[in-house]
Amino acid sequence: MSVADQGRAPARMRVVTPGFGGRLAHAGLGLAGLALLLALWWAATDLLAAEGSFARRFSPGDALPALAALVTGPDLWTHVAVSLKRVLVGLGLALLAGVPLGLLIGASRLAEAAATPAFQFLRMISPLSWMPIAVLVFGVGDAPIYFLLAFAAVWPIVLNTAAGVRQLNPHWLLLSKSLAATGWETLTRVILPGILGHVLTGLRLAIGISWIVLVPCEMLGVQAGLGYFILDTRDRLAYEQLMAVILVIGVIGYLLDTGARAVIHRFAPGS
Amino acid sequence: MSAGSTLQASRVALRYPGAAQPVLADFDLDLAPGEIVSVLGPSGVGKSSLLRVLSGLQAPDAGTIAVDGAALDGVHPRLAIAFQNPALLPWLDLEGNVAFGLDFKRQPQLSRAERQARVDRAIAEVGLTHARHLRPAALSGGMAQRAALARCLARQPQVLLLDEPFGALDEVTRADMQALLVQIVADYRSAAVLVTHDIDEALLVSDRILLLGGAPARTIGEWRIDLPRPREDFVAELGRIRIEIVGTLRRATRPH
Ligand SMILES: Nc1ncnc2c1ncn2[C@@H]1O[C@H](COP(=O)(O)OP(=O)(O)O)[C@@H](O)[C@H]1O
Ligand SMILES: [Mg+2]
Repeated sequence: MSVADQGRAPARMRVVTPGFGGRLAHAGLGLAGLALLLALWWAATDLLAAEGSFARRFSPGDALPALAALVTGPDLWTHVAVSLKRVLVGLGLALLAGVPLGLLIGASRLAEAAATPAFQFLRMISPLSWMPIAVLVFGVGDAPIYFLLAFAAVWPIVLNTAAGVRQLNPHWLLLSKSLAATGWETLTRVILPGILGHVLTGLRLAIGISWIVLVPCEMLGVQAGLGYFILDTRDRLAYEQLMAVILVIGVIGYLLDTGARAVIHRFAPGS
Repeated sequence: MSAGSTLQASRVALRYPGAAQPVLADFDLDLAPGEIVSVLGPSGVGKSSLLRVLSGLQAPDAGTIAVDGAALDGVHPRLAIAFQNPALLPWLDLEGNVAFGLDFKRQPQLSRAERQARVDRAIAEVGLTHARHLRPAALSGGMAQRAALARCLARQPQVLLLDEPFGALDEVTRADMQALLVQIVADYRSAAVLVTHDIDEALLVSDRILLLGGAPARTIGEWRIDLPRPREDFVAELGRIRIEIVGTLRRATRPH
């Protein structure tokens, strides 16, 4: 099949093309990569590190049983729930601020010209830099974390929403004009459904960023969450648990991204 | 102002901001109920601009448009416009696309049952009942254009304004669509202004042909075609009009 043919193939074809065997091989390769990662971890802590050295304490041989114990106990799940709630609130705030802002910037060349340099500037500052200010303004607790997560997550949502608006089919807008649509009708019946794929793509990026920023955010001034739990295991010198929590963070992040991809596939196929 | 006209334009002029001269000047039209008028002209002459003015999407710089004798001010619920691009919304199925806009605040208020009845009738009229739950991506070009026509019909338009609606279709599909247009206008007791650059399309479909030419564009020729349809049996008569049209076009574009 030539490149040109693939470009014109209907969506149904793409699922068929790799075939069941192809997908199985794909998944097998992924598993092999994960196994290699595990082997490297094991080699670094058990083969290369000297007998009795500090590094040995991070061995998968200790971490995996610790993980099993954590997963069956209640503590880990409390921290996971707290962390997920924070990410959810942060993403909700980022959507509330980011979608309207993206709509404005996508719709108005003037707004775009005015906002782009400022956004590029703000986007490049690690959200963690605002931590002291956030704590000063919002006090200790969940509020500064919500703020920091929203601040980290808002940019991909703004930029993708704006890109979606710019790529709206002008014929759709002409159609809604010819039907005497009100501004609200144009927004809710044409623009928002028309940019859904872009917004969801922005949301997926935002989920990834939030999850990465979350852990360091939770290392300051709070008493629960996965970031707090990491420091807690360190303070208790429970290094096998520390490694186990790191595994948990990776797995949940992976699941979040997979979930976001599934949502995009379901509600905005092809974007 | 003639009493019988459903859509009337008198001395309409349009000039785009910054353009050296107007695109349209002194354009007149009297569209009778049930009538199909083709506006024929080379590309770039101003046909699309004219249709946008007639539809109320674009305000003219001079002159007036009237629907049933009432001056047009912005888009009108009983004027339906369709373009070469069917502009179907990909997130709605065919039925959703045909129903699109019927429930808008500034459209005539209809009960849910009335809306559904109109949608059903419009989809049946264009022969797409079997495809009513398909998404636009699954429709062929001809089916998509039928769906766009059905979306116009669901509004029970007094006048259909069509801007080269069949321009992107293959010849066989286009012939089907031309026949469908004639049937639709009769069934819905509507009238139509069909913009086209295809002389044969104009000859096969119209009761009247207006030839647009010059810059600014004005009507440089007008032909009434009182032949029954389908017109394929009247090749000789149509051929004579065709020659007149081509001749008028050639005289208009000949350098002075
Ligand atoms: N929105 C617009 N703004 C400025 N000029 C326009 C616009 N639309 C069309 N024109 C100009 O008006 C002329 C007629 O265009 P158009 O009405 O699209 O012609 P046609 O449909 O006959 O091909 C062209 O010269 C075109 O460049
Ligand atoms: Mg045109």
